[in-house]
Amino acid sequence: MAARNRAKLPYLLVAPAVALLTLFVVAPGVYALVLSFQARKVVGGLLGGGSRLVFVGFDNYGTALADPELWSSIVRMLLVALLFIPATVGFALLFALLLDVPRVRLARSTRLAIFLPYAVPGVIASLMWGFMYLPATSPIGGDHIDFFGSVTVFFSVANVAVWGSVGFNMIVIFTALRALPSELYEAARIDGCSELRMALRIKVPLVLPAIAMCTLFTALASLQLFNEPNTLRPLSNAVSSTWVPLMKIYQDAFVDSDVNKAAATSVLFVIAALAVSFVASRTVSRVNR
Amino acid sequence: MRSQWRLAGALVAGALLVTGCGGGGGDQAASDGKVNLTFWDWDPNMDKVVAIWNQAHPDIHVTLSNPAGGDQLVSKMITAHEAGNGPDIAKVEYQSLPALVAKGVVTDITQYTGDAVKDFDDNTLKATKFEGKVYGVPQDVAPLMLFYRTDIFDQYGLKPPTTWDEFAQTAQQLHDKAPSVAMTNFDAADPGWFTGLMQQGGADWWSASGTTWKVAINSAASKKVADYWQGLVTAGTVAKNPSFSPQWNKQMNEGQIATWISGAWAPAQLGGIAPNTKGKWAVAPLPAWTAGDKTTGIWGGSATTVTADSKHAAQAAQFASWLNTDDKAVTAQIQNINVYPAATSGRSLPILSSPPAFFPNQANYYDLVKQVAPSSHSFSMWGPNVTVTFSGYTDKFGAALQNNTSFAAALDDIQNATVADMKKLGFTVS
Repeated sequence: MAARNRAKLPYLLVAPAVALLTLFVVAPGVYALVLSFQARKVVGGLLGGGSRLVFVGFDNYGTALADPELWSSIVRMLLVALLFIPATVGFALLFALLLDVPRVRLARSTRLAIFLPYAVPGVIASLMWGFMYLPATSPIGGDHIDFFGSVTVFFSVANVAVWGSVGFNMIVIFTALRALPSELYEAARIDGCSELRMALRIKVPLVLPAIAMCTLFTALASLQLFNEPNTLRPLSNAVSSTWVPLMKIYQDAFVDSDVNKAAATSVLFVIAALAVSFVASRTVSRVNR
Repeated sequence: MRSQWRLAGALVAGALLVTGCGGGGGDQAASDGKVNLTFWDWDPNMDKVVAIWNQAHPDIHVTLSNPAGGDQLVSKMITAHEAGNGPDIAKVEYQSLPALVAKGVVTDITQYTGDAVKDFDDNTLKATKFEGKVYGVPQDVAPLMLFYRTDIFDQYGLKPPTTWDEFAQTAQQLHDKAPSVAMTNFDAADPGWFTGLMQQGGADWWSASGTTWKVAINSAASKKVADYWQGLVTAGTVAKNPSFSPQWNKQMNEGQIATWISGAWAPAQLGGIAPNTKGKWAVAPLPAWTAGDKTTGIWGGSATTVTADSKHAAQAAQFASWLNTDDKAVTAQIQNINVYPAATSGRSLPILSSPPAFFPNQANYYDLVKQVAPSSHSFSMWGPNVTVTFSGYTDKFGAALQNNTSFAAALDDIQNATVADMKKLGFTVS
């Protein structure tokens, strides 16, 4: 009796997670898949006289892939990622190492200050930075520097994203550093190793798994780039409504009201994202070994 | 930006979960026979007008909400319609109405508006009546005019230009005397003002014969207007920020922009955009392409529509008719929202002899609007997928301003995108 109950327990424990996943991920995913094979066609008359859904096979996928705007948005996303990933992981590692130095002052409040931006919702952070960038309202020299130039706009968007995510990644790496045995440091100090060499030769190699995980998280986050450019869009001509792939999907679905093409693009995007995650997690597990 | 393992799910859910917007319909008549209607509208101070209705009609209560303005409200209406929880009544700009009719979002109210439509001339009614069916009660007409800062013009000894050539010369003079003050702002964010300029220039972006559409966004007339503005932008005499952005608002408020080409509803908006400039503005007719020509275009202007989701279409249409034809309601709108009414009876109301609150120095404000209104031209039709055209304008002209590329080429791109989308939907395009 007791044995049978024990056998049921695991299922009971995962049930809420499975239910939520089914309801909010699997079901909408399946619905998106269905939508992506349909298209809306007008019935007749000058204004269409209403419309109906017809099955069109892979047409939407063809249109989505043939849309040059989608490819440009992917290129722009990659450019931002190129700035965002190294900057986020690099700063997170740097701050974590600095905070880990013995006898550092105000460690607690500094750690909190670096972590705090992570608690600010992305839209609010983007709006705040937007006002800092605009010449008319900028306290940081926006009247001398064009933060919305054709090149600088990538740095401006990446900066908002970095500002928001360094703190979280720093905590991850810092926790990994704290978990290292202190005998290592004592041995190194007896051998006359400086703090800098200790950081580079001992700490960094040992927290490599945490760094790899942060890199993976950040890479996935850059695929999801939406809030920052979407919030900055009304402020400048530099950011178009299809600036990154998610904005393109949003624009197709809710502005051009072509939900079916948006669904097809989403499905393609999910496949690409899963591929990225798969490759990246394989790499991470290899590093961990 | 939050990383999650559930990326795939979040993506699909994020892109496709149609979130309900608050303030949807789906009301049930209460047991005492009272009807509740929801009304989406972005006019400043519309609550004061709705309050008059609610006081006079205790059994038909209208609840006002302002989820978004202009084109964004159209997107919200379409989304809410897909989810089946749209409002009962909504304000829709004339250019978006055919698209909403094509999508089945707004409903035919011909049977309820027989009396109301008698109060509009055919030219006004053309914007809400398609193939013999009425889809909305016109609220206002918004001829495009030139709003200029009298103090800036006096300071630099400039006169309000009457032709576009003069406008360009005045812009150059102002630029020479005060490099930090722009003559006006070229806005890529709101297509409505630009289509108004196009209409004045003789372009006819959409027309229809029978059930066949003709799209002429990149016609010679369009390119003439686009090239003219490209010249001003290249000369550096006009600013090029998105309108209604913090940047533009501040420039307007601090006198770094001398004119605003806008619809007759501008005084009500200026109060929010540039509160420091009260009493410093005056209005003049839009500069002409040939001297003496009175033709102007239209920016916006709206109708009050009843949605297909409304369970009380008769009462909703009753409210829409009252709002736009009842003398008391129209007077309240002129007073609080500065609309120039679409209804014929509304155009002779006594309230029109006093200027808008923000323009205390221009007693003849509405007389000027009245003079230009009859010669304001719209396109023959608004297309069934204006949203695609308009988002194309925002992106292509935004990019052209950003990279100093050709406006004419941007028009070609918009033409191609619009036609391709219409064909994909199954419309006949000649």
